[in-house]
Amino acid sequence: MGFLASNYVLTAKNLCGVRGERLLFEKLNFELSNGSVLYLEGANGSGKTTLLRTLCGLSKPYAGAISWCNENISELAEEYSKYVLYIGHLPGIKEDLTALENLQFSLALSGEKFNFTEATEVLKLLDLAKGLNLPTRMLSQGQKRRVALARLWLQDLPLWVLDEPFTALDADATSLLKQKIEAFASAGGMVVMTTHQEVSIKVPKFEQLRLDA
Amino acid sequence: MPKELSTFSVLYRILARDIKVALRRQSDVMAVFFFFIIAASLFPLGSSADPKLLSAMAPSVLWVTALLSCMLSLSRMYSSDHADGTLEQMMLSNQPTVLVVLMKILAHWVLSGLPLVFVAPLIGLQFNLSSAELQLLAISLLMGTLTLSLIGSIGAALTLGVHGTGVLIAILVLPLYIPVLVFGAGAVNAVSIGMNPNGALSLLGTVLAMALVFAPLGSAAALKIALE
Repeated sequence: MGFLASNYVLTAKNLCGVRGERLLFEKLNFELSNGSVLYLEGANGSGKTTLLRTLCGLSKPYAGAISWCNENISELAEEYSKYVLYIGHLPGIKEDLTALENLQFSLALSGEKFNFTEATEVLKLLDLAKGLNLPTRMLSQGQKRRVALARLWLQDLPLWVLDEPFTALDADATSLLKQKIEAFASAGGMVVMTTHQEVSIKVPKFEQLRLDA
Repeated sequence: MPKELSTFSVLYRILARDIKVALRRQSDVMAVFFFFIIAASLFPLGSSADPKLLSAMAPSVLWVTALLSCMLSLSRMYSSDHADGTLEQMMLSNQPTVLVVLMKILAHWVLSGLPLVFVAPLIGLQFNLSSAELQLLAISLLMGTLTLSLIGSIGAALTLGVHGTGVLIAILVLPLYIPVLVFGAGAVNAVSIGMNPNGALSLLGTVLAMALVFAPLGSAAALKIALE
């Protein structure tokens, strides 16, 4: 965990989000530092996904600014992407490739070397040992989700942006993921996430933000 | 920072992944290839068996067919990656989007343009083309199909997420394909009538160079808008 030794700050100032012609949220201010977990709440359509996509740099904020260690992320561009691990609604895995090939590619995109044995271990931990050589098309919804989430165990990036990570997961996988998030935060990582499931994450720097309030 | 892969190897992985995915889903690649062979072979069957007429119309027929086959696969260039979320992951890679897009374009060319370069001279034999003409056909297609993939990428990126993209891409891209067609087929025609093809080839090269600079920039900008 070479990354987590350094101090990082993610700041959102006067953030305003718009989808189509509709104002989703305005004047959002928050700051995350090492070990923070920010939990976004809100009804369907309240702008959680928009906010997450803005935070990882996929969308531009309608107004306001996001900065990473005091530098605006739109100026940092791909330099900022070196710190962010985003797992969205879509699993981001190619159905024609096997789980290992998908993970290898995900790691390559952030410039990280792929360790075959380590990745196999993680997939076994996530109970995917049987499907290792199958194209991910053959896997169930929850198993695909696990393949996507396996990146959390393999990649070494200080900010996780997770959009509904618990969707389609069974009880075992949910508790594995919960523990992983807690371990990551206590090692100094930052997490921004949304979920509709009742999952209690116990970390010292836990913050909640209601978007439709 | 424990970053270990160089820019070059990241870009290579992107290219290699696209080719690997395509090889596992061969029907897509094969469809383009066979469309070209069949469509180009229909012309000799449908016209009179006059060898002079055939060889006179060969460069334009082969070029137009190559252009249409390249266009067939354009709508898939980004849409399948868009549908499964891998496109947004690529946008979030630690490499500039322009380079990522360039790799996607190269992969498209390797899979749909490059095979035509090899098969076109064989089809050209049906049209009674001389060896000099066949040679030039291959050279002009080598440069031309890459240009087609580059220009087509802009159309594919602009129409990402729109329903019924096939026709829309054709309307956007075909006008931009005109210079490629004129200079590409022109180079082969020049040889047929005993002229020097270098002028047409240089112009084709110019279009390629311009597309190489501007197409990735345009596509990257269009993709960013599509993903917002």
